Amino acid sequence: MALLETRGLTAFYGDFQALFGVDIALDEGETVAVIGANGAGKSTLLRSISGLIRNVPGQIRFDGREIGGLAAPDVLQLGIAMVPEGRRLFPSLSVEENLLIGRYGRVGNGAWSLDAIYDLFPVLKERRHQPGTALSGGQQQMVAIGRGLMSNPRVLLCDEVSLGLAPVVVRDIYAAFPKIRATGASIVIIEQDIGQALKVADRVYCMMEGRVTLSGTPATLSREDIHAAYFGAHAR
Amino acid sequence: MNWIDTIIQGILLGGLYALFAAGLALVFGIMRLVNLAHGDLIVLAAFLILLLVSALGLNPFIATAAALPVMFVLGWAMQFLVLNRTLGNDILPPLLVTFGLSVVIQNGLLEGFSADSRRISAGALETASLQIGPISIGTMPLLTFLSAVGVIVALNLIFYRTSLGRAFRATSDDSATAGLMGIRAERIFATATGLAMMVVTIAALYLGTRANFDPTMGPARLIYAFEAVIIGGLGSFWGTLAGGIIIGVAQTVGATINPEWQILAGHIAFLLVLLVRPRGLFPRAVD
Repeated sequence: MALLETRGLTAFYGDFQALFGVDIALDEGETVAVIGANGAGKSTLLRSISGLIRNVPGQIRFDGREIGGLAAPDVLQLGIAMVPEGRRLFPSLSVEENLLIGRYGRVGNGAWSLDAIYDLFPVLKERRHQPGTALSGGQQQMVAIGRGLMSNPRVLLCDEVSLGLAPVVVRDIYAAFPKIRATGASIVIIEQDIGQALKVADRVYCMMEGRVTLSGTPATLSREDIHAAYFGAHAR
Repeated sequence: MNWIDTIIQGILLGGLYALFAAGLALVFGIMRLVNLAHGDLIVLAAFLILLLVSALGLNPFIATAAALPVMFVLGWAMQFLVLNRTLGNDILPPLLVTFGLSVVIQNGLLEGFSADSRRISAGALETASLQIGPISIGTMPLLTFLSAVGVIVALNLIFYRTSLGRAFRATSDDSATAGLMGIRAERIFATATGLAMMVVTIAALYLGTRANFDPTMGPARLIYAFEAVIIGGLGSFWGTLAGGIIIGVAQTVGATINPEWQILAGHIAFLLVLLVRPRGLFPRAVD
């Protein structure tokens, strides 16, 4: 059985329906990428899993439990941490404090500590006493990822980590993912950068207009299939 | 020499106003909640101390120590059960509800303790003083001031050196993202109000031993607290001490010139500071 799965997940913002029966699954130790254009429902999917949006309890299951109805702090405590879109560092906190707050709600079993994060992203150590918001976009993203890891999550949800960053910076950040995987964490990555997503993921889901339109392993998916699922051209 | 004496008395009085203000600043800084019942809660705490002193014959300082956890629990419950429900994008509900609480507390105290004005006796300490050269400093005013400094140092340590303080600041920045860190905003807010009520209790000890108090005098204390917070710049604890001192000195200087001017001089000083520094003396970076 999958570690984390959604079954027919629906989500709403008021009267607006954003997800129409999404089924995805993540196995222990696996990295899954969810790709799709703006407004496809990728972020809504992660916000649903992380508890920022409440859903029907049985539509999201983690480790055999129904978690769709839980609030964000309860979801974190079970071992699902989120790196939110736009990084969302706390402006009143220094870089180190931003990392430390990552373990406020949970200190799971695992390798992650301040020192381990500084090993992963050495530049953060030099700047640890500066306000989080004084850093460059790429460094802020490193803090956001480190903050998510500090709770030693079983599942790390990453929402658009490459958004607004230069390609060379994106490469630096993605270079960290093999090391994160090596600690045993399962990862869900949301990306608009398809090339990056295909490189790190074991499996890929493509979403469009609140539905999964394509899924498979990077090796089996052709560019044309992805293009069709992404933009809706030649939809089957 | 008379002037130096006046100013020192004013500074020490400022310590009392800083104690009134620190709890207000704490709550406002974390959840942007303006508690209009703050002054009445100080008076409530003063009656609680009075009750412990008169019923159990406790020393007022020991009675205050006993009242601290009681007031923490009261503040925690008040925030968790009532005030959390008023927080949101609309600023009116918390104002209305705390205004209602203010009325309820005043009338509850009137019912329970009558309208008589009371005082907490601190025994020989009340009249004790230190003689430094030609200036005599009352022991109780000095203790008040030192307590204010102690409270502000403690609040700063909690805010900037502890895990709880990080959670306070993170929740204040962005409570949704704080939730992703496992921080439960409703409990953080309750803990903050509990802490504020402990500061209120310390303020109540010095309010009650310094002069007479009665159930209706809360709102006037609220005004001084507000003025000190705003002079200091919203969200800075040391700023509230500076604000308290400015009001205290203005009041004692005003009273020396003409006793009728005491209260007015404090308010005028507040308006003058606002005129020159509309965001207060030590505003927090960006709000």
